[in-house]
Amino acid sequence: MSVLRTSNRVRGFLSRRSTVLALLGAAILLLDLTRRVVSGDIAGSSLALFLWDGVVIGLVVGLAGIGLSMTYNILSFANFAHGDYLTAGAFSGWVAAFLVAGAGRFDVGDLFLLGGRGGAVDSQTVGVSVTATPVAVVVGMLVAAGVTAVLALVVDRAVYRPIRDRSGISLLIASIGVAFILRYVIAFVFETERLGVTSGAKVPSTVVPLLDVRITAHEATLVVIATGLMFGFHVFLQRTKLGAAMRAMSDNKQLARITGIPVERIVRLTWVIGGSFTGIAGFLVVLESGSISFNFGWLLLLLIFAAVILGGIGSIYGAILGGLTIGVISRLSLVWLPPSIMNATAFAVMILVLIVRPRGLFSGGTSV
Amino acid sequence: MTLADRTRTIFSRDWTTDLPGGDATLVVLVMLALYTWVGLFGIILGLDVSGLLNSLQTITFYAAVYAILALALNLQWGYAGLFNVGVVGFMAVGVYTMAILSRPVAPISGPPGFGLPLPIGLIGGVLAAAVIGLVAAIPALRVDDDYFAIITLGLAEIIRIVISSPAADEFRVGSIRTGTGGANGLSLPQNPIHSIYYTDPASPAAGTTPVGDAVFSIFEAVHVDPAVVVKITYAGVLVGFVVLYFVFLSRVGNSPYGRVLKAIREDELVANSLGKNTDRFKVETFIVGCALMGLGGILWQGSQGFTSPGNYLPQQTFYIFIALIIGGAGSNTGSIIGGALFAGLLFEGPRLISRLVDQFLTFRSSPNNFVDAVVPLLSLDIGPFIVYALDSIAYLRFILVGSILIYFIHNRPQGLLGHRKEIAASIDLLDRSAETEGADDE
Amino acid sequence: MSEHNGTTTADPSPKSNDNSQLSETSLLEVDSLQKSFGGIRAVDDVSFEIRSGSIVGLIGPNGAGKSTTFDLITGVASPDAGSVYFQGRNITGRQPYRNVNQGLVRTFQLSRELDEMTVIENLILAPQDQTGEYFWQPVLPGTRKRVRSEERDLRERVWETLEFFELDHLADEYARNLSGGQRKLLELARALLTDPDILLLDEPLVGVNPTLERKLLGRIHDLNDRGYTFLLIEHDVDVIMENCERVIVMNQGQILADGSPAEVSDDQRVLEAYLGETV
Repeated sequence: MSVLRTSNRVRGFLSRRSTVLALLGAAILLLDLTRRVVSGDIAGSSLALFLWDGVVIGLVVGLAGIGLSMTYNILSFANFAHGDYLTAGAFSGWVAAFLVAGAGRFDVGDLFLLGGRGGAVDSQTVGVSVTATPVAVVVGMLVAAGVTAVLALVVDRAVYRPIRDRSGISLLIASIGVAFILRYVIAFVFETERLGVTSGAKVPSTVVPLLDVRITAHEATLVVIATGLMFGFHVFLQRTKLGAAMRAMSDNKQLARITGIPVERIVRLTWVIGGSFTGIAGFLVVLESGSISFNFGWLLLLLIFAAVILGGIGSIYGAILGGLTIGVISRLSLVWLPPSIMNATAFAVMILVLIVRPRGLFSGGTSV
Repeated sequence: MTLADRTRTIFSRDWTTDLPGGDATLVVLVMLALYTWVGLFGIILGLDVSGLLNSLQTITFYAAVYAILALALNLQWGYAGLFNVGVVGFMAVGVYTMAILSRPVAPISGPPGFGLPLPIGLIGGVLAAAVIGLVAAIPALRVDDDYFAIITLGLAEIIRIVISSPAADEFRVGSIRTGTGGANGLSLPQNPIHSIYYTDPASPAAGTTPVGDAVFSIFEAVHVDPAVVVKITYAGVLVGFVVLYFVFLSRVGNSPYGRVLKAIREDELVANSLGKNTDRFKVETFIVGCALMGLGGILWQGSQGFTSPGNYLPQQTFYIFIALIIGGAGSNTGSIIGGALFAGLLFEGPRLISRLVDQFLTFRSSPNNFVDAVVPLLSLDIGPFIVYALDSIAYLRFILVGSILIYFIHNRPQGLLGHRKEIAASIDLLDRSAETEGADDE
Repeated sequence: MSEHNGTTTADPSPKSNDNSQLSETSLLEVDSLQKSFGGIRAVDDVSFEIRSGSIVGLIGPNGAGKSTTFDLITGVASPDAGSVYFQGRNITGRQPYRNVNQGLVRTFQLSRELDEMTVIENLILAPQDQTGEYFWQPVLPGTRKRVRSEERDLRERVWETLEFFELDHLADEYARNLSGGQRKLLELARALLTDPDILLLDEPLVGVNPTLERKLLGRIHDLNDRGYTFLLIEHDVDVIMENCERVIVMNQGQILADGSPAEVSDDQRVLEAYLGETV
């Protein structure tokens, strides 16, 4: 079918023309933005704030996107449960963080429920923050990574592997079922109201001179950990044998199979790495925003898809760049559009990219 | 996409095709089974006639709306393989367009509308859904199935987000002020069924029409509330629409047109290499399907007197998918049966069970939270957990829905009726002797 | 078979060459076609003409670029350079369906059946420009009647084709349950039902039993006598040599030889190409 699509000259022409149009549109917006900043319509500091916010959300979307992109590429299906992996990781991590931070002071059951449905526990009394309870945060993050990795493996074994030879759509539909189950198991345990988990007052922050942007310790943590993991993964891919095998697999599955790469092991490794990154991303989103609810991952899923598609499926650096692009574009849209439709703007950009450059903005070089 | 990843034996004959009266009988049997199931609950719960009829009309209503939407989706996905995950988006466009066109120019509350008659609003809503369908169909020609799924999901979310945005609450079109009511939602024109029975559709208290007098008095003789009579009438109208959808889509499906759609689903390149302009078929099918979804949205949400963005969350689309998958994608009869079974068993079932248990079983303690429900399990006291589970039946329902979806994809991807041979032709292709007009009528 | 000779299996109304100059010149003209995949030149500067009413064989070792050439001619893939003319019209890169509408149809090397459709559905799909292929025609009561009567006519034609290809006992079988040879037959029958002027057949005889193979070749000659043109890829060189009036030999994306079977089989380079592949 794809052969047919590329066959058509008219479409090729349309595609080139729409690329030009899209670039033209972007250029006009950029010019307008410059004009507004220069003329003082928009304060330099609010622009800096938009950009910083964009980077923060972009990094976490990119981190979560790595796993989605890898599994999408290797197993050829869009995993609609990926957003709920984020939620599952975050809940497990935050339960662990609460248990560590409040050990001895509060009832274990209340801590487990993160203060939901009554009980003496709440975000202020437990007081989790990077500076006040660093151990709890680190433990929480590790638990989030571990639980999500195991969850991804178990779901793969139980749901995806038995039907791996089927069409991508069959797997996609199955993943919708997984998404439902995960989300509502979480709701069954933790209820559906949004729970505050960090003590906003106790999180230190600093104002960056010149830019006049306030950065909290939690935002800084998110940025440092996300970039650290991405860099670490880059080193892993480039320097280790296993990393090379993963790259080979991502480039060409058939070839990898023939050349004796242990495909099933690589698939499992992909779930483990992708899952743990996703769990950490979920944990960090909650750390930064300060609250958690049963469907936040699902709400982020389309943004993650947008990042992965922008970056080109299967490309890990693409997922990171795509995340940053989506994050920055969605925040920059605030210059022109009301905040209530910020996500809609991001989705519109995603659809545009799918139409204009279905293989992603950054495709063309080596994948992975 | 192909629905072909199936290994299964073929039943050249099976009982569903051997029923006298054919598929109509099958649908009636399924509905009777659902009525029995709901009726039994009603009797056990001790409902009076009015309450019993009310629960039967509720089931009919939901079975009908899910059947209508599953039928529309079946045209796109079942026949042409267009994986549209944005069904709610097209429903929302239909309902909101209808609302904006028909709402009064000076409403008591909420943004003003255009004050046009309801039928015009209805047609406008269907057309608007079709137009948005056309816009969405353009990428359908260029991307793979899974991308198309993401595009349509994104589009539906854009529609929902924009509708609920404060910026859309009230805005101007030229000199006319109007709006969507934002996140608060929008009150809708009164269901026209009311004007059959009441002199003033907006207030039943104002008096009944002669038809109302007659019908209500008949039902009052068996102690049925007039409000229930109104609802039953509307459920009947919906059943009529199911029949219309079915006849329309069967005619499209059982024809050279449906044949090309099936061919596109199986292998688009082959269809194209046999001289079919696959793009035209895909775009047309998608637009018509979206228009039918818009109408389906109006018939469902638009009949409720009020709508809000919360009615158009993505999971609503997935419900329709599940209904279609249960029934069997590719089969129009399957779409109806899937819609009915989803509504009766998965959607309403858990609620009925919970009501029943609530009424007849009392447990000593009602746990406040999950921990309080689970800890007693350690001492083998399952009571609190059961109570907690019943209180949280709404969540368990989603878990059940997800599990059934996975079960079907694993074990019966063709759905309940998808294994049947439904030949896409307007005549019986196997019977060469049937030369005379009408001899090979369905 | 004689029983069906008289009837019109694929409605092969003799291809009247009212355009007499057309039969003299080429029906299909391929000019300097090029196509690369990832740096490998699959088709490298290929040019040839097919005259109306001829049977031409296209042979060559595996990977010679034969099927890709078919793809480029029929619009399944578009060439990097070069052009294709059919009946004097430039059809380069045009979508396949428009070529079929104009009378150029192909079959695929790996048969592509519509698996979840029955054999008879596969066949009755093929006839061009059916009234019922327009959305409202099968829906509205008046026009549906016309659709049905047209379908009745098609049904008769399809059944005759089924019988000729000895597939009639499989009419109600899903295409996925067919054997390899039966699939080939179905695909050929389907292509014929589009009522083409030229058929590009990609290995149509693979897996077909010898009796039916003889019958099919007879049928091809029969259709050829009525004015149908054939371009045939075939693995079995003997079949090509015996049945084609002209043979084009491809190797490594290029045309190696082009001439009568006798000329081609004497060509030293052709022998080398085939020996090089080692049978």
